[in-house]
Amino acid sequence: MILASLVQPSFGLIFWMTLTFLTLLFILAKFAWKPILRGLKDRERSIEDALNEAKRARDEVAGMKASNEELMREAREERELLLKEARDIRDREIAAAKDKAKAEADAMINRARAEIINEKNAAITEMKNQVAELSLLVAERLLKDKLGDTSAQHALVEKVMKEADLTRS
Amino acid sequence: MSLKALSRLASLMFGLSFVGAVCAQHEGPADEQGSGAGHEQVEKFNAGKMILEHIADEHGWHLWGHTSIPLPVILYDAERGLKVFSSARFEHGHASHDGYALSEDGDVIAVDTNGLEDEAATDRIWDISITKNVVSLFVSVVLLLLIFGSIARTYSRRAGQAPRGLQNMLEPIILFIRDDVAKSAIGEKKYERFMPFLLTVFFFIFLNNLLGLVPIFPGGANLTGNIAITFILACFTFVVVTLNGNAHYWRHILAMPGVPVWVLVILTPVEILGMFLKPFVLMIRLFANMAAGHIIALSFFSLIFVFGETSAGAGYGVAIGSWAFTVFMGLLELLVAFIQAYVFTFLSAIYIGAAVEEHHEHKESIV
Repeated sequence: MILASLVQPSFGLIFWMTLTFLTLLFILAKFAWKPILRGLKDRERSIEDALNEAKRARDEVAGMKASNEELMREAREERELLLKEARDIRDREIAAAKDKAKAEADAMINRARAEIINEKNAAITEMKNQVAELSLLVAERLLKDKLGDTSAQHALVEKVMKEADLTRS
Repeated sequence: MSLKALSRLASLMFGLSFVGAVCAQHEGPADEQGSGAGHEQVEKFNAGKMILEHIADEHGWHLWGHTSIPLPVILYDAERGLKVFSSARFEHGHASHDGYALSEDGDVIAVDTNGLEDEAATDRIWDISITKNVVSLFVSVVLLLLIFGSIARTYSRRAGQAPRGLQNMLEPIILFIRDDVAKSAIGEKKYERFMPFLLTVFFFIFLNNLLGLVPIFPGGANLTGNIAITFILACFTFVVVTLNGNAHYWRHILAMPGVPVWVLVILTPVEILGMFLKPFVLMIRLFANMAAGHIIALSFFSLIFVFGETSAGAGYGVAIGSWAFTVFMGLLELLVAFIQAYVFTFLSAIYIGAAVEEHHEHKESIV
């Protein structure tokens, strides 16, 4: 009956199926599955590689950025240091110059003062000499005028004698 | 959601068809009187016979009415040697040729000059005819070779580039078989060796399931619903599993470690039986599912003619419901076509996985 034949595998179909399926399996395995699976694998690997590469590049850039920042920071610090040193040097220079100028000025002042004193002393001496000369001149003149005649000389002597007595007592 | 809407539509149609059938019954007799005379010699419609004939194999491919494509009959007779002739010589079972004829079931039998079966001679015949299913098998193989040959070329030509076209359509399925079937069932280390087998089995079953759903030539043959086909597929799985079984696998079958000897007396025969039972179940599952789908679809169509015999109106009425149900079944079968191909491949992968499993892994095996 047909129903029985439904669950009864027929020899012809088994024969052809075995033959055909083996051939199909062989051909597909060799000419289809191999390139397809390899293609898939290669593509997956290349995508993975690309992703890894991108990640590495990103990390590198990040590293570079960090090192750039470090460099910048160092440079900034160095600049600060240099500026500070320059400022110090300048201050020191200025201070030194000031000291030197002050010392020189002092020296000059001292010298000037000494000179002034010298000049003054010299002037005073000169003046004294001149005054003394003048006085002598005056005295000469006076003496010439007053004690030109003998009576006057006598009068003076008398007067001096009197005063000398008074100052002795 | 859409499935729900469809089933609602289908039940509505079915209800309507009942109304149609009831109405039609009133006008039935008049109709019969009008056209009865011309149909007197037409034999009564036999739904069971029609369905079984449709899902069975045949010599020659029946297209419609009395039109069919004759196919080569190839016989190897132990006494008379190889015989090749066209199935048209049988004239649909009405004639014998060269001492051969078709039996009631459509098998080739040897007959004597009086047209009676010579059973001894019939036993000597090895029938390797190109039957409807064999043609369908060839068609599917050619399709598979064309499809995968073409996408294999695409993979080589567009290496490393994004998938495109047919390649793009099939790649998710290939990846699904690789990642969710082979890798998960066999394991990362050993799956690659079995990929060609699993992919071939999957796409062979899937394509033939789909071709079986196409009602017109070259589809419509019930290839994956034929037990010979599923038998060979299961045999391949059995061979692959058995040839690749490692020591660990055989020890578990012949002498399960850690089990007392008196239990082994029972367990070992059961395990050995299980070795054969697994592919056997694979064979039955695929065959029964696909055959059942065809039987249901054909049953709905038969309803039309069963009712049509009582009255043409009833036939038209039922046709609406049958049509709706067949559409619904068609959609369901699309799903089943994929699921059965997947189940067969997945279970094969699991059996292979159990055969090549390393000792230390100790996964729970699913049977």
